[in-house]
Amino acid sequence: MTQNAATRTDDINSPRGLADHLARRAYLADEGLAAAAYLALRMRRPLFLEGEAGVGKTALARTLAEVLGAPLIRLQCYEGLDATQALYDWDFPRQLLHLRAAEAAGATDVARLEAELYDRRFLLARPLLQALETTPSVLLVDEVDRADDEFEAFLLEVLSDFTISIPELGTIHAEEPPVVVVTSNRTREVHDALKRRCLYHWLEHPSFDREVAIIRRRLPDATERLARQVARAAQRLRGEDLLKPPGVAETLDWTEALLTLGLRDLEPDTVAVTLGAVLKYREDQERVVRRGLDALLDGN
Amino acid sequence: MDGRGMGGPRGDLSRPATGAGDVIATMTGFARTLRAAGVDAGPERLQAMVAALDHLDVLDPRDVYWAGRLTLCADPDDLPRYDRCFAAYFSGETARPGRPPPPTVIVRHVAVPVTASGDRDTRDEEPTDDVHTATASAVEVLRHRDVSGLSPAERAEVNRLIALLDASTELRRSRRLTPAPSGRLDQARTVRTLLRRGGEVSRLHHRAHRRKPRRVVLLVDVSGSMTPYADALLRFAHAAMRSGARTTEVFSVGTRLTRLTSELRHRVPDLAMTAASDAIPDWSGGTRLGEELKEFLDRFGQRGMARGAIVVIASDGWERGDAGLLGEQMARLHRLAHRVVWANPHKARPGYEPLTGGMVAALPHIDDFVAGHSADALAELAEVIGAVRRRSPVIGAGRDERNRGA
Repeated sequence: MTQNAATRTDDINSPRGLADHLARRAYLADEGLAAAAYLALRMRRPLFLEGEAGVGKTALARTLAEVLGAPLIRLQCYEGLDATQALYDWDFPRQLLHLRAAEAAGATDVARLEAELYDRRFLLARPLLQALETTPSVLLVDEVDRADDEFEAFLLEVLSDFTISIPELGTIHAEEPPVVVVTSNRTREVHDALKRRCLYHWLEHPSFDREVAIIRRRLPDATERLARQVARAAQRLRGEDLLKPPGVAETLDWTEALLTLGLRDLEPDTVAVTLGAVLKYREDQERVVRRGLDALLDGN
Repeated sequence: MDGRGMGGPRGDLSRPATGAGDVIATMTGFARTLRAAGVDAGPERLQAMVAALDHLDVLDPRDVYWAGRLTLCADPDDLPRYDRCFAAYFSGETARPGRPPPPTVIVRHVAVPVTASGDRDTRDEEPTDDVHTATASAVEVLRHRDVSGLSPAERAEVNRLIALLDASTELRRSRRLTPAPSGRLDQARTVRTLLRRGGEVSRLHHRAHRRKPRRVVLLVDVSGSMTPYADALLRFAHAAMRSGARTTEVFSVGTRLTRLTSELRHRVPDLAMTAASDAIPDWSGGTRLGEELKEFLDRFGQRGMARGAIVVIASDGWERGDAGLLGEQMARLHRLAHRVVWANPHKARPGYEPLTGGMVAALPHIDDFVAGHSADALAELAEVIGAVRRRSPVIGAGRDERNRGA
């Protein structure tokens, strides 16, 4: 991370330039993703990423943060997520403590005391507010489809003008809007209004050559031969009829597992012991074993 | 965009280069082509595309491609359409003509003689009571009639009955908390009132989990053998959509899986049905239920749509494909879903036994097995969907009874 200093948004002046910056941090983006991320930076529009699990949606946000030298602020969505967990909350115990302390000290100016209670220092900033207050920053709203629609409407409000109004304190406006990456696994259709605010990109599994390059880049210990073997096996697994085809994340896990075990070659018996790193369903493992592990390997 | 024109994807500058206005005109035409192909490329998205081109090279076809794809599309289903339109539009061809006209005939709402007399002031010789009884029983008979053998007028009446059904679902406990008279302590609210009262605890506030309607997913078989019933079942799906638009998902299955949720969102039943039949490419084709179910689970179900949902499959179980696959997928569905309901219109026929290959394979993985061949049977289906809400305690027993068949 130290080999390049943080890059200012203005220094990146083409999608290819951004792709180079990302590549230097071991994230290999294809043409479409580079264009998407570039436009998200320049147009200040949230980037809405959809795709299979493990294709690098979250990793993109992390790498973008590294490129910009900005902190990554992550909001993991789940059902029941509400404003006090996503936006801000008042620190009630501290407010109470302050009140008691003021009472003990014999404070009499009630109006001033009340004003003090709603001071910025008693405000707990949750991810969305943090992102607005931190410049520059990268905000990752992860798996937005897991939150319920009430939250979506609320997110739309924040993302459309990057302003949060707190009744007791006033309006907080982002000096420079954060770079926003919203990811979804499509468990339900996200509302159109939210998508309309965003740039939409569908992430595919990488091509064979790109996947080999990713493995080599992320795990320098892996030989070209091993990377090619693993990538080819992963591509074949994606072609099989599996409950959960492996993503790049799984391919990397697999390669790392092989390297940790000191295995330098993908062979049927090494596949058998490490299959759990790439296939996470018993049915999938059984199916692949039944078809024969040799089928994953030939042609190497 | 200063005086530069638009290039085609293959670099042919067939369109004259006259300035920014020209880029906008070109892109507006492109957006219109996309809309004709079914991509929701509205003015706001178009504006975003023009703004995106500001940051990219308008003369580079790849840049134009990505600027459009990132701003005008909003769904993976849009992408193939976008690619097709992009290739066609910028190579100078016109867009593909719209879809072929819908194969189904939708009967417009007609005044039905049976009910028209309902409020008529007939002070004739014949006693009015008779007319009323006749009408009431005619509707009652119609309720139980198999929809496959109805005249257009009767069908319209049945459609009206279906449209009136309340197919809202049972409630489930949500993760979201809401103020309640009892439950866990709501610290934030309690402290807030406490601060207002100057530090005195005057009352404790509580909150509890809110209750939300459970998601319903309807898979309607539109293959050849289901033709007489598909319209009524889709109308039922529409009634379910209206009872809970945000928690209902509708698909048609046959030889292809088609998501109809947005088509059926229209409030007027006939318009929704027109939109739905426009969208279904495989009316009255074959059935590959196992494969379709697998596709549903792969693309939507496993990701979350079927998780904890009530899944209704409306089909006669005539499986042309591998019944083993259907059984396997039904087992998978049953593991994901809260309840699996199968509506088979043939179930109501006297002497029906679930003997078709598909039905035999699916039966062990079904919670409720209902008919759905008439307005009355569809009302029963609506009741099954909303079981817990409407008649709470005896679910277990009732379910077993239904499973054993009529």
